[in-house]
Amino acid sequence: MSKRRPYVRSMDGWWRKNPFFVEYMIHEGTALFVAAYAGVLLTGLWRLSQGEAAWSAWLTALRNPWYIGFHLVALAAIGYHTYTWFKIMPRTMPPVIVGGQRLPGWVITAGGLAAAAVASLGLLALVWGMAR
Amino acid sequence: MKPGLKRSNAPIFWALFGAGGMLSALLGPMLVFITGLAIPLGILLPADTMSYPKMLAFAQNFIGKSFILAIIALFLWHAAHRIFHSLHDIGIHAGTGAKLLCYGLAMLGTVLAAYALLVIGF
Repeated sequence: MSKRRPYVRSMDGWWRKNPFFVEYMIHEGTALFVAAYAGVLLTGLWRLSQGEAAWSAWLTALRNPWYIGFHLVALAAIGYHTYTWFKIMPRTMPPVIVGGQRLPGWVITAGGLAAAAVASLGLLALVWGMAR
Repeated sequence: MKPGLKRSNAPIFWALFGAGGMLSALLGPMLVFITGLAIPLGILLPADTMSYPKMLAFAQNFIGKSFILAIIALFLWHAAHRIFHSLHDIGIHAGTGAKLLCYGLAMLGTVLAAYALLVIGF
């Protein structure tokens, strides 16, 4: 090993110094809530496979204030994921050419958000319809 | 393709990440609202929306099964990919071990979901 110990500038908390990177870390961080929510659904599915008593116990557990609190935060986080997913989409998908002109980014973002609104209301209507 | 060049497996993980990201962007907030808030708090939807007979019938239906598996598996693969690539940003220089852990957990969740859906039957 060399005896040289060159100075290496610390990178600790690099993203806190720039609002752009703070936003980046928050939108990447939404993945933690997507994973946690998938875990909640997986638990429910597992309980469902164990029979009626297990399923009912899981439904009762969901009424726990901690679960309600988690789902409120998850709703905000995954809602923010929806917003950023479509905000970034003009840069993550290939350029769309319409009539010889490149489709502006805001049109793609607005289209994506509109699709999310339609899909969400459609899902709610479907659940509503199946429950009646 | 030139000999000696190995095909990358990155597009597979990226496709799963993209599919899960799109699905969670389109339906994630409403799903959280329905299963996590509306049903437990008894708002908006009928009280027996997620009753055992209804959910069992949904999970035994082929379309229902596919929907449940797609939501759980793709959400997990999306999150695993994003978390794995964010490790570097928080100062963890992720190697094969971290990759195995992230994608391995997503794979485990997928297998568990598929197994539960098989146990529930058709």
